[in-house]
Amino acid sequence: MSGEKKAPYIVPIGPTHPALKEPVMFTFEMDGEQIREVDFAPGQVHRGIEWMGMRRNPVQIVHLTDRICGICGVSHTLAFSRAVEQVAEIEVPERADYIRTIIAEFERIQSHLLWAGVAAHELGFDSLLYLTWQVREQAMDVIENLTGNRVNYGIVQVGGVRRDIVPEQHKVIEDCLSAYEGVLSKLLDLFLHDRTIAMRCRDVGVLSKDDALKLCTVGPTARASGVNVDLRQDYPYCAYGDLEVRSILPDQYAGETRGDVYDRIVVRLLEVGQSCRIIRQCLSEMPPGEVTAEPKLAKLLAICKKASGEAIGRVEAPRGECFHYVLMAGKEAPHAWKVKASSYSNLMSWIPMLRGEQIADIPIIVASIDPCLSCTDRVAVVKGGLQSILSREDLHRLSVEKTRRLQQ
Amino acid sequence: MKPTPSFNRSLWVYHFNSGSCNGCEIEIVATLCPRYDPERFGIRLVGSPRHADVMLVTGPVVKKMKDRLIRVYAQIPDPKVVMCIGTCGTSGGVFYDSYNLEGPIDDIIPVDVYVPGCPPRPEAIIHGVVVALAKLERLEGGSI
Repeated sequence: MSGEKKAPYIVPIGPTHPALKEPVMFTFEMDGEQIREVDFAPGQVHRGIEWMGMRRNPVQIVHLTDRICGICGVSHTLAFSRAVEQVAEIEVPERADYIRTIIAEFERIQSHLLWAGVAAHELGFDSLLYLTWQVREQAMDVIENLTGNRVNYGIVQVGGVRRDIVPEQHKVIEDCLSAYEGVLSKLLDLFLHDRTIAMRCRDVGVLSKDDALKLCTVGPTARASGVNVDLRQDYPYCAYGDLEVRSILPDQYAGETRGDVYDRIVVRLLEVGQSCRIIRQCLSEMPPGEVTAEPKLAKLLAICKKASGEAIGRVEAPRGECFHYVLMAGKEAPHAWKVKASSYSNLMSWIPMLRGEQIADIPIIVASIDPCLSCTDRVAVVKGGLQSILSREDLHRLSVEKTRRLQQ
Repeated sequence: MKPTPSFNRSLWVYHFNSGSCNGCEIEIVATLCPRYDPERFGIRLVGSPRHADVMLVTGPVVKKMKDRLIRVYAQIPDPKVVMCIGTCGTSGGVFYDSYNLEGPIDDIIPVDVYVPGCPPRPEAIIHGVVVALAKLERLEGGSI
């Protein structure tokens, strides 16, 4: 070491690192213990899903959308199916809407508990990780009972769902819900009244309401900063229109909104309770009837093949708004398909959160937005090897060009 | 699980995500949590490949992760066992026709145990580790 070069020094983290569950590359510019500047490079898990989707038919694509992300697969499938249903003018039976809502809420429960466990682990509180994951297993059991698989359920199909919820399953769901309502107060107590967690999370990784709005954050990350957004409340889909869903904001619990990591824990844990109430309401109000508009797949394919037009499907995934744009042009495969996952909107909020924080707070702040990179890594543009990184202006120009091309 | 007479070591596991959808990651962590509790047999996840005996690879190996996969594989000390978790690492799965894949995994590094499933159940992953254990013992005994 020459000893001449002083601060700031650069700390690279990733793309494979024990603190990161998924590949992403961070570059931190450090000044002592403090983060001065941060940059990150996603795109390490790009699999070209949209490209593959444009070569498959909608019935096949729902299995692809399930595997965009293993944690919020139902949200992606639901958003895609809703887009295709609008294009093809398929009317989903009401019962299917309720079943979709129940599955989506179970997904939210397991996803938030998963996140709470990971957050506890990042703080070094492993016994709490084990407790939350043990609690989470009960939701996994119910999901398996309802759909047949623990992860990547494959239950949502264009036009409805594949399986009905039979009366015997009501008891299974009911047992799980009452168990959760019992254990949730314990979890809230453990997470929110623990001095260590409060010390590590209070006023750490703050995202102001202003920044949250400017960076277009969505879901619990935005709500924890006091932005009142929730698609289930603002643009109800499936059965949410019949249900009472109000977005959960941290000031309902603590009386104030600080937009820190602690507030994100508050929002997610309270949403578990909210999901339990939604599922219970769905179960009692579920109308009888069919669960799919068209049970014969060949007929369904024929309907989709004839359809032409464009539509948007929006769903409130556990991490925020999940957005699918589908353009069908009278062919078997969609002419265009664009996925905007919730983490895509949230990733940029890392930069104001991490700036000025200490190096030891990186894991919990990074985890606090519940990043899901397999959802996010969509676009990688390589043009003949000449230009590998496109500036914002370039991307904007390309985007405008593509819109015009599609309009023709 | 029937431990062999020479069950004399703990298997430490390193997990590598080569572009998976997270489904297998969740199931790996679920496997290590109290319901299945493989830590009673000494199986635990470690943060560094240099401490590991077993490498769990998930995902279909996207282009950007190929070199890293080779490098991480080289960092694990011998004898080592590579487990391929999930269908997409075995054959590409639903991603088989993607333009961005370098996989499946066994095109890049040698794989000893395949655990199929999308994602495999925790029981299947534990079974895979037991198979890997038997293989490690054979490797150490010098029988293969």
